[in-house]
Amino acid sequence: MVGLTIVVVHLILAFTAPLIAPYSPTHIEPSVRLEGPSADHLFGTDSFGRDNLSRVLYGGRVALLVSFTAAVVAVTWGGLLGILLGYLGGRVDEVVMRVIDGLLAIPSLLLIMLVILALGSGFSVLVLTLGYGYGLTVVRIARGATLAIVARDFITAARARGERSRTIVLRELMPNVLDVLLVEFAMRSSWMLLAIASLSFLGFGISPPTPDWGRMVFENSELLAIAPWGTVFPVIAISSMVIGINLASDALSKAMGLERTQEAPL
Amino acid sequence: MSQKLLQVDRLTTGYRTQTGHMVEVIRNVSLEMHEGETLGLVGESGSGKTTFGMALMGYLRPGGQVMAGTVRFDGVEIFGLGPNELRKLRGKRMAVVPQSASLSLTPTMRVGDQIAEVLTVHVGLSGSELSERLLELLTQVHLPQVAELARRYPHELSGGQLQRVAIAMGLAAAPELLVLDEPTTGLDVTTQAHILDLLRELQEHFGMAMLYISHDIGAIARVSDRLAVMYTGQIVEDGPIEEVFGRPVHPYTRGLLSSVPRVSYAGLPRAMDGRPPAPGEHEVGCSFAPRCTFADETCTTIDPTLEPIDPDAKIAHLVHCHHWQRVVASEDFGEMQDLKARTKKAVELEPLIELTEVDITYAKRGLGAFLRRLRGVPEPPMTVSDFTLTIHRGETVALVGESGSGKSTIVRTIAGLLPPRAGRIRYGDQDLTTKVERRPIEIRRKIQMVFQHPEASLNPRHTTKQIIDAPLRLFFKTDREQRLERSASLLEEVRLSPRYLEWYPGQLSGGEKQRVAIARAFAAEPELVLCDEVTSALDVSVQAAVLDLLAGLQADRGVSYLFISHDLAIVRAIADRVVVLYQGRMCEVGPVERIYAPPFHPYTETLLAAVAEPVPGARARLLAKDVQEAEPPARGCCFQRRCPRRVGSICDEETPPWRVAVEGHLISCHIPLDELRESQVDLISTSSI
Repeated sequence: MVGLTIVVVHLILAFTAPLIAPYSPTHIEPSVRLEGPSADHLFGTDSFGRDNLSRVLYGGRVALLVSFTAAVVAVTWGGLLGILLGYLGGRVDEVVMRVIDGLLAIPSLLLIMLVILALGSGFSVLVLTLGYGYGLTVVRIARGATLAIVARDFITAARARGERSRTIVLRELMPNVLDVLLVEFAMRSSWMLLAIASLSFLGFGISPPTPDWGRMVFENSELLAIAPWGTVFPVIAISSMVIGINLASDALSKAMGLERTQEAPL
Repeated sequence: MSQKLLQVDRLTTGYRTQTGHMVEVIRNVSLEMHEGETLGLVGESGSGKTTFGMALMGYLRPGGQVMAGTVRFDGVEIFGLGPNELRKLRGKRMAVVPQSASLSLTPTMRVGDQIAEVLTVHVGLSGSELSERLLELLTQVHLPQVAELARRYPHELSGGQLQRVAIAMGLAAAPELLVLDEPTTGLDVTTQAHILDLLRELQEHFGMAMLYISHDIGAIARVSDRLAVMYTGQIVEDGPIEEVFGRPVHPYTRGLLSSVPRVSYAGLPRAMDGRPPAPGEHEVGCSFAPRCTFADETCTTIDPTLEPIDPDAKIAHLVHCHHWQRVVASEDFGEMQDLKARTKKAVELEPLIELTEVDITYAKRGLGAFLRRLRGVPEPPMTVSDFTLTIHRGETVALVGESGSGKSTIVRTIAGLLPPRAGRIRYGDQDLTTKVERRPIEIRRKIQMVFQHPEASLNPRHTTKQIIDAPLRLFFKTDREQRLERSASLLEEVRLSPRYLEWYPGQLSGGEKQRVAIARAFAAEPELVLCDEVTSALDVSVQAAVLDLLAGLQADRGVSYLFISHDLAIVRAIADRVVVLYQGRMCEVGPVERIYAPPFHPYTETLLAAVAEPVPGARARLLAKDVQEAEPPARGCCFQRRCPRRVGSICDEETPPWRVAVEGHLISCHIPLDELRESQVDLISTSSI
C-alpha cells in the first residue's frame, strides 16, 4: 500500500510537472546561482541559476517514461519467448537457452553504453537496448515458471484433447504465468530506473539540457560541499521512486502468492 | 495395559486468521494413552488428526496456539516446558515417524549418519558402540545388507526402504511414545503390508506406545488396540478396536466404515452425504449434524459431550453423540449396494478398441540410441511389452498393478501422448498408433481422460465454466449460449449445482474438483474414458460417491472405461474384466470374479494377500519379497525375482505360456493351473473372518 502510494504520487508529480513547476526547468537565471532553499526556490538553484524544484519535477518524466516502456518491452519479448521455450522444450529450448546464457555473460550496462556510443541516446535507442538487456533475464524466469506449469495434468488434458498449441499457450499457460510476469514487470521497472540514473550519471543517458535525476546528481556532485541540495533532492527522488516500486512489487507478489495458497496445495 | 503415559485434557488449539478471528482446529479433545498401547487415530483430510499428533509433541504450526487444556506426558505438562527441555523430550522419550519419509530425510546425508545423529544426541553413544547399535537398528527394521545400506543416500533407496529408515530413526532412542503420521500412505499394497507387520513386531519387541494416525481404516485395523475417530477437530468415538469396528455407535464412524470398499465384497460401498465444515465454519451444536440422519433440534443447538456408553466397562468406549442409543438400535449399517445389479448394464460384444502386441518405451530413438547399439550396449527393456487387450462397448476394464507396472503408460499411449514402439492399436477402422496431433478430431472426441489429482488436472485460473467449455468449444459447433446451457446440465449430471459454474478450482473440495474433471471428460460425449487412479487422491467417503457417479454415467451413456487402480477393492466393485500387470507385462487377465478366486497368478495372489481389509487384527499373509525393481528382467517371467512360487531356472529363461483357466481367464505362469489351484487358498473369503 505504501509502495503503491509512493509510485502514484511520483507518477502524478511527473505527469503534472508543467502545471505545478514554478519555473521552466531549463530557464537560466544567472543572478540566483547556487542559492540555498528559500521561499522563491524551495530546493535551491544550481550553478546555472536553474530552479532545482522544477528540475526535479521534470527530471523524472523522461526517466519514468523510458523505464516503464523499456520494462514493457523486456517483459513482453522475454515473457513470450520464455513461455514458448518452456512449452516447446527439447532441442529448440536447449539451443536458445544456451545462446541466452552466452548473451547474459556480457555485462548489460557495458553493452548498453557501447550501443549508445554508437547510436546516440535517443528515446528509442534507450528503450530498445534496456528492453533487450533486461529481457534476457525475463526469458529465464518466464521459462522456469512455464516449465512448472507444463508438467501439470491440465496441460496434458488439453494436449490429449488435441487443442492447438496457440490455444494451449494463450488460454491454459498464460493465465498461470501472468502473475510471475507482472511481478517481473514491477521489479524490472525499478532496475531500469536505476540503470537510467546510472547511465545519465556517467553521461550516457538522457542528454542535456533535458532535466534528468541522474544527470542532475552528476552535474551537482562537484559542488556537493557548497551546494548539497542540488544533489540531495534528485537522489531522494530516485531512491524514493525505487523503494516505492520495490515495495509495490513485494506487495504484488505477496498478494499473488496468497491467491496461490488459497488453492489446494500441489 | 498399565500406567497412563499420556493424558490430553480438554485440549483446544487454533490459529488466528488474517481477519483476526480465532479458528479452532483441535476442539476440546480429551484422550489417554497407556504404556505399550497402540491407538489408531482415523479421520478424513482436514479433520485435524496431524495437528493433534504434532500437538502431543509440543509442536504447533507457526501461528498456532493452545487456547485451552493440557497435554501431560508422564505427568509433565508439555506446553509448560521450555525449548531446551522439550528438545530433550522429543526424539528421546517421544518420537515421530513423518508421513513422507522421502521428504523428511535430508537428501545430502547418508541414511546411516542421520540415524547416528539421533543416537549421538539422545543416547550419547559413540565409536564402535554407535556403529553397532546403528546396524542393529537397521536389522531390526528388516533392511537388507545393512552395512552397505547405511552408507547410501536417501535417493538410492526405495519408498518402502525409506519408510523403514524413518521408523528406525524414530526408534533409535527407544522412545516411550511413537507418533506415526500416515506412515504407509503412498506405498504399494505389498510394501504397506510389510511395514504394518514390522510395526506390530517392533512394538512387541520395544514395548513403546504408538499413536497411528491415518485415513486408511484398513491399515489402522491391522495395528491398533484402540481406535479414536476424529471429525472436525473433535474425537467423536473412542473405544477398543473390535468394539468400534463391530458395533460403531457414532453415525460418522458408521458412515466411514461403510464407505470403505472391501475386497471381499463385489459391490460398491455406500457414499456419505455432504462434506465436513471447513475450520471455523461450524458454529453451534454438533458439527456432524448437517450430514447426520439421526440429527434433530438438540443436535443443531447443543454440542454433545464425549461420554462412555457403558460406565462399568474396563476399557471405556466413548461416544460424542446425543442419540447413540438410537444409532445402535438402527439396523442401518454395513450394507453395500450392488452396483452392477443396480445399473444392469449390458456389455455388448462389439469391440471398441483393440490393442495387439503393443510395446512401449520412453527411450528415445535417434543418434544416441544408434551409437549405443554400435557400442554393443543392450537396449533397455520395454516399459510395456506385448500388451494385448480388447475393450468392448459399455465395458469396464481395470488395469491393476503396483506403481511402476506401466498402467499409466498404457493410458498415455491410448491417449496418443506416447506412441507405441511396436504393435497395433485399432479403434474401429482407425489406426491409433499415431500421436494425438495426427488423429482425426472425431477420434480425439471419443477418447477422454480423467486424471488422478484433480488439483493438477484443472487449470487453477479457469472457472468451472471455462473448464467444461473447452471440450465443447473444440468438438461441437455450437454457440456460446448453447454451450453454457450444456455446461450447466453437465454439472447437474455430476451432481453439482450450476452455481459452481463461476467458481475456481481453489474454491472446490477434492471430490468436487474430481466431479468437474469428470464433467469435462463427458462434455465431449466420449465412447471410451480413461480413468487414471481417479479416486486414490480422495477421502473414502468421497471415493464412494465418485465411483457411484461413474457407474451411473456408464449406465446412462454406455461408455467404456479403462479403469486404472492399485486398489483391488475398488476394482472389484466397478470392473467387468481385470488385467493384472507387473513391470509392464501382463500376468493375468479375466472376468472380475475369476480374478478374485483361485487359481491366481502368483503376483495376483501376492497383491490380494497384502490387501488391508478393515478388519481388526487382520494380518497379511506375505508372499512376495519386498524389493523394488528398477526394470523388468530381460528374459523369462517378469515376476521371477519376487515370485513366492518360483519353479526354478525355467522362470529366468523362458517366457511363461498363457494358460487358460476358463474361457477369457488367462494366467501366464510356468506352473500348471491345476497345481496352482490346489495350493492356493481362497484369500478373499478367508481374510474377512
